[in-house]
Amino acid sequence: METIKIMGTDDTPTVILDAENEIYEISGRSLPEDVTAFYDPILGWLDEYASSPNKKTIFTFKLVYFNTASSKLLLDILMKLEQMHEAGNDILVRWYYPEDDEDMQEAGEEYADIVDVPFEQVGYTLS
Amino acid sequence: MDKKNVRGFLEFVYDFYKSMKAHEITLVYEGEITHQITKAFTSLTESNMAKEEESNSVQKKVFHVMVECLQNISKHADSFGSDDFLFAGRGIFMVSKGDSEYHVTTGNVIENSKIDELSKILDYINTLDKEGLKQLYKTQMREGRLSEKGGAGLGFIDIARKTGRKLEYHFLPIDEESHFFILTSTISRNE
Repeated sequence: METIKIMGTDDTPTVILDAENEIYEISGRSLPEDVTAFYDPILGWLDEYASSPNKKTIFTFKLVYFNTASSKLLLDILMKLEQMHEAGNDILVRWYYPEDDEDMQEAGEEYADIVDVPFEQVGYTLS
Repeated sequence: MDKKNVRGFLEFVYDFYKSMKAHEITLVYEGEITHQITKAFTSLTESNMAKEEESNSVQKKVFHVMVECLQNISKHADSFGSDDFLFAGRGIFMVSKGDSEYHVTTGNVIENSKIDELSKILDYINTLDKEGLKQLYKTQMREGRLSEKGGAGLGFIDIARKTGRKLEYHFLPIDEESHFFILTSTISRNE
């Protein structure tokens, strides 16, 4: 499977989707000019990955900011993970939030409420 | 410009400057709102706030509100007047900073036919408390589709949640076809 590696900018997140090395991660800031164009390849990758996933998939979200347009696409990603979980795969979502950022923590809680997938919240301190 | 006009213009510049100072406006822009503009304004405001050692939480709130307000204009502002004077995706954008709060104000043209629907949404959002807004955001994220312009109907809800205040808006009549829509969002500096 092809690997997706997108370096983050001040308005797009870093994305690493690497089945071989078992890294699935979206981090940084997300307010792309065209959210659909940015997230389409990611959703497409997940569709392909879902047909033959690894034994365990730990998907990491470590965002510091995302706009409302991105929030909808993040949910689309989580819903793909939910489908994989429902199909009997071992999926875990790890939602990282800066310790002092209640809004990002709450955003994680809201997603956890919406999708039925094992969900872990992890607070971290910005160094 | 002849002498009289030059003088008039200089007075206008000075009055404009004084008026900005009086209203504590730190940023004002009229024109097309593009992605580049959004990036420039948010990073400018961010670095100003960092310089003034504004708390992280206030900085984040102002950032959120600015982005959603700017995107509202770029996606929803209607054109104004005749065809040779297109105003779609344009508007006025202002940030002001007082002792205790920030204000983010947007103004843009909206066709009369869209006012009912827009006020209905805004008024509905204003009836909701914190929990209600959270539920609406979740529902809207789940069911709301991205429109062709990339809006998901979430911006206003997010502004209400981040500011913790009612959405303050007005429609001023322009002509028979359109109104000027003004939205002011207030972010408290003391938490």
